[in-house]
Amino acid sequence: MTTLSVKDKDTVKAFWAKVSGNADEIGADAVARMLVVYPQTKTYFSHWKDQSPNSPAVRKHGVTVMLGVGEAVAKIDDLKAGLASLSELHAFTLRVDPANFKILSHCILVVMATMFPNEFTPEVHVSLDKFLASVALALSEKYR
Amino acid sequence: TRAVVVEWTVKERSIISSIFSNLDYEDVGPKALCRCLIVYPWTQRHFSTFGNLYDAEAIKTNANIAAHGIKVLHGLDLAVKNMDNIKEAYTKLSTLHSEKLHVDPDNFKLLVDCLTIVVAAKMGSDFKPDVQATFQKFLAAVVSALGKQYH
Repeated sequence: MTTLSVKDKDTVKAFWAKVSGNADEIGADAVARMLVVYPQTKTYFSHWKDQSPNSPAVRKHGVTVMLGVGEAVAKIDDLKAGLASLSELHAFTLRVDPANFKILSHCILVVMATMFPNEFTPEVHVSLDKFLASVALALSEKYR
Repeated sequence: TRAVVVEWTVKERSIISSIFSNLDYEDVGPKALCRCLIVYPWTQRHFSTFGNLYDAEAIKTNANIAAHGIKVLHGLDLAVKNMDNIKEAYTKLSTLHSEKLHVDPDNFKLLVDCLTIVVAAKMGSDFKPDVQATFQKFLAAVVSALGKQYH
């Protein structure tokens, strides 16, 4: 994708400052949605006994994912370097097909819309979409 | 190609019926189209005669875009009324988008993603995962039908 402009970075940082207090809830909802709306993603979680939306495993994973997003916001000026170890994790251990990054990103955006309808303006949407695409690209860096 | 008939459960039909009977077309239509033009600016290629699309503010205040957003949203009514035969119902519209409007069918996916976001914003916590799944399934069926007459 394209590089993030100064405006994109400022928009993402400002929006994140507003919503990061709800990071756990955002993450839990996004992961729950992903498993329901895109059932093929459940294949990565066959080790969970309970894959239902409110299960502890789903909620915990939501927290993990959003901690990663928060880390990416903090390292927004060099995502490739900043997310290198996360990329190795996803490439060699988790082996998540990168197509799923787009799926989860979409679910995160949907949750932002439901929880922050007034703040998640089209301008915020485009910057956040670009940011999540950049994160996905950085996470795919070590795949091959 | 053989038609793949989309099957709908009673619950799914009820979800779609409920969303559309409570839909504020005059609000959601413009918002969805504007969001698409702002988030995916290359989609503006089809709107060169619509006036000023210079920036997000211009797009959001453009009356031609707003009117068109309402029109496009009402285009979904056809699917709501013909859920068991969406492909057939969209034959003419598909030909129109291909032959006359020359819209890349990938653009339909971008617009429905924005529509999903706008509806999610309106419904808030009522836009539960199963509602999202059903809505996206419905929109995917329409997108598929719109792409059918392209050659």
